[in-house]
Amino acid sequence: MATVKVQLAAAVRSLTNGESKVEIEAENVQGLIKALDERFPGLGEMLSEGTSIAINGTIMADAIYESLPDGAEVHFLPTLAGG
Amino acid sequence: MTVTEEPTLQPGYKQVGSRPIRPDGVEKVTGKARFGADLYLPGMLYGSVLRSPVAHAKIVSIDTTAAAQMPGVKAIVTGDDFPDLAASGGRPDQVFLSQNIIARDKVLYEGHVVAAVAAGSVKQAKAAADAIVVEYEAIDHVLTVDEAMADGAPLLHAGMITRGVDPAPEEPSNVANRIVHERGDLDKGFADADVVIEREYTTKPVHQGYIEPHAAVADVNLDGRASLWCSSQGHFSMRTLTASVLGWDASRLKVTPAEIGGGFGGKTTIYLEPLAVALSSKAGHPVKLVMNRDEVFKATGPASGTRIKVKMGVNNDGMLTAADIWMAFEAGAFPGSPVGAAGMTIIAPYDIPNFFVEGFDVVVNKPKVAAYRAPGAPMAAFAVESMVDELALAIDMDPVELRLKNAAIEGTQASYGPKFARIGFVETLEAIRDHDHYQAELGPNQGRGIASGFWFNAGMNSSATVHVNEDGNLTVLVGSPDIGGSRASMALMAAEVLGIGYERVNPIVADTEAVGFNDVTGGSRVTTATGAAVIQACETIKTDLLARAAKTWDVPIDEVEWVDGQAQHTKGSETPLSLAKLAAAWGRTGGPISATAALNSRGAGAGFSTQMCDVEVDPETGVVTVLRFTTAQDAGTAIHPSYVEGQMQGGVVQGIGWALNEEYVHNDDGTLANASFLDYRIPVASDLPMIDTVIVEVPNPAHPFGVRGVGETGIVPPLAAVANAVSAATGCRHLNLPMSPIVVLEAINQRNEKG
Amino acid sequence: MSRTHLTCTINGDEVEFLTEADTSLLNALRDDVGLTGVKEGCGTGDCGACSIMLDGQLTNSCLVFAPEAQNADITTVEGLAESDVLHPLQQTFLEGAALQCGICTPGFLVAAKALLDNNPSPTETEVRYALAGNLCRCTGYDKIVRSVLDAAAAMNGASS
Repeated sequence: MATVKVQLAAAVRSLTNGESKVEIEAENVQGLIKALDERFPGLGEMLSEGTSIAINGTIMADAIYESLPDGAEVHFLPTLAGG
Repeated sequence: MTVTEEPTLQPGYKQVGSRPIRPDGVEKVTGKARFGADLYLPGMLYGSVLRSPVAHAKIVSIDTTAAAQMPGVKAIVTGDDFPDLAASGGRPDQVFLSQNIIARDKVLYEGHVVAAVAAGSVKQAKAAADAIVVEYEAIDHVLTVDEAMADGAPLLHAGMITRGVDPAPEEPSNVANRIVHERGDLDKGFADADVVIEREYTTKPVHQGYIEPHAAVADVNLDGRASLWCSSQGHFSMRTLTASVLGWDASRLKVTPAEIGGGFGGKTTIYLEPLAVALSSKAGHPVKLVMNRDEVFKATGPASGTRIKVKMGVNNDGMLTAADIWMAFEAGAFPGSPVGAAGMTIIAPYDIPNFFVEGFDVVVNKPKVAAYRAPGAPMAAFAVESMVDELALAIDMDPVELRLKNAAIEGTQASYGPKFARIGFVETLEAIRDHDHYQAELGPNQGRGIASGFWFNAGMNSSATVHVNEDGNLTVLVGSPDIGGSRASMALMAAEVLGIGYERVNPIVADTEAVGFNDVTGGSRVTTATGAAVIQACETIKTDLLARAAKTWDVPIDEVEWVDGQAQHTKGSETPLSLAKLAAAWGRTGGPISATAALNSRGAGAGFSTQMCDVEVDPETGVVTVLRFTTAQDAGTAIHPSYVEGQMQGGVVQGIGWALNEEYVHNDDGTLANASFLDYRIPVASDLPMIDTVIVEVPNPAHPFGVRGVGETGIVPPLAAVANAVSAATGCRHLNLPMSPIVVLEAINQRNEKG
Repeated sequence: MSRTHLTCTINGDEVEFLTEADTSLLNALRDDVGLTGVKEGCGTGDCGACSIMLDGQLTNSCLVFAPEAQNADITTVEGLAESDVLHPLQQTFLEGAALQCGICTPGFLVAAKALLDNNPSPTETEVRYALAGNLCRCTGYDKIVRSVLDAAAAMNGASS
């Protein structure tokens, strides 16, 4: 089980009592969202919709099954459209 | 006449980096290439669309009886002919899209589709459309973010509660969404600054301006299977979106990509396609629907008008200490402006320790905005890059120097969250600083402006299939429409991997039945992601070829290597086997030689650009002439440098138009006053100098050839580069775009009056 | 309304066709003659994508009624190449990457040929003004202008 550092965006901090940096244990992104939802109820739904994820700087869309390396820095980002 | 910089072929590459003629070129210079309106089918009918003449109204009734009797009419559709996705639990974005395709109970902008007719000719269809009687009940309209956000403003969508606000508002409004990014301590940041400047900027809606209007031909069989021919930036997306609006399974619809006459983001979504399919289904004949230019301006997807407030602080050493930003973006009739991306890009090039960025997505009675090349970023960069220019002047520091001091580098925590991987921002700044343009003398009424810009670039899903033909040549099937020379790049990459000549690779843009799923040609993703799929498929073929050679020679596979397009025996005792020889014997070694790759591309590399513009302003007319323009952009690795340069130059010129001339002009009644190329003035050849390009190459470590997307970043800096130049030339700071002659002249006159 | 019968010369060949009298020559060429090289970008004479030569004059075919083609001498992009040999402009456009999406290219080629027929050695400024009636949104015109100048040089070199 990896321990990852999750940076949470300002938009979701209402659910996290203002916490912006969270250390949490998870094997993959799906597990991470579940673990975050357990700690901060309601957060899971906000993170599952239309988000991309950056793992150690690499931005990915549809990354729900992506496994997480230990110590990874994780950011949830809105999925962007290009033109 | 200055010459563009020639990037050198990467050491070790034999094809990548060269400039061969594109495979689809001859068709395009001889008029043979078929674009959206160029398909003619037997028994084909022609469609005409009836659109709302008013900006905001309830549809009381639609009477098609007279129209249905008219000569040649075979089918008429209205909103009732399409499923109500709201009622069937569709996602909000699907519901809004379906309501944009054809109005249901309300029209939300002039040009909003109310009905469509198919008849034997365009003339017949239009006459019938004009004979449809629609009763409207007018509602007050809003045209700007200011009007839409004002107390008591008429609402476009009853019950729209702003998302992203906590606690959620009790009352509905025209504000669909709020985004926020923050870091550090703003008050401390401003306290640390020696200079703090506050400005408010506005930009107007602009159109992507593609020369080809939207066009589609739909042919629905009596068994329900349907074909759609359309020009788009992604036929798989056209299929998904069209099927969604019709309530169909996607695979019922085959979409064949026509050549596309420009998109820039505006053709990543649908307008005519579901109408054409619905009409064809009703009529039992193929139906062609083509927009005219008036419809393109009124009823497709322009870019947002914006209001952006920026307060920034810098200390005397040139360090940016704080940024406080408020933005409101017009979404048009339905939510979905790129305010989110604007919020993420606006200060991304810089490492600023304290910031608060807040943005609002606001609906107005105008067409729903669509992507336009790095959507959201050009307006954001106009504001911040103009501000950085003023800050540099205030502390008497060179504008490139100021940017270098604050530039994001590998490992910098981006303003939107993650750390940057290897990026080339600094290299683009240095390229501009070291260019001889930077030292060139300026004359009277002339000024120079510098600006930088950033875009993420996308990865996303691509599939490619590669076949080795009996003659040893390759067919490469991709699903990415070729907007700007991507076929050539695919061929170069395939040729490089397999060590064969470029002319032996035939790249095809295949339809939705012949190749696997592909996301849109947009987001600067094709050379990156579709390229990665092509490379992977070719690598699979290479491995397969080694195995077949080993079998042929009856040697272990580790004694075979692929060199210069042939299998070679490392021990040297066998005659090399070319692709053609291996193909000729494929029956004996396992069958035809083919491979498919389908991937969700990760690790797209971020793109940066720095640009420099010289202008001369006529003090008597306010006319701005662009004298010289240099752009430096990080392409990672330029697969085909000519087409990389082309993307850079095209983005710059669109930005010049956005800065100097282009804007949507609305009448008070909400109708569009300038829906033609005469009055919506895009740059022409006589407006411009050569656009000098410097291709910076800081390879993207996550791509096999180091590629970074280049299609979009180029449009991000020029608005501010031109504005900073005009400001320098006139001594008047311009905060509002476009800087049309009358605006520039007024500013000059005001400055003169003040003495 | 019954259709009008027209006879004219297109790209050196005598062509007969039927069309509606109030149709533009642009639409007649595309829908009734089958030459889809001319494109409608605007329908109001502002973009040049429909450029043809009509009796020696560079013309926006969207602004001409089809019956005006009667007995006329018309050149479209399809008439630039000689059998299987590309016109020097077509060749330099390809080599110079003067097209990205290609929709404006037929119009530019006809307009550029009209320029070089009248002015075989134009300056960059003369090229830019001669082509100001043709809109391109992809290229920023840089490579188009260079390719026209390269074609002029090639054509002058070949004839000297």
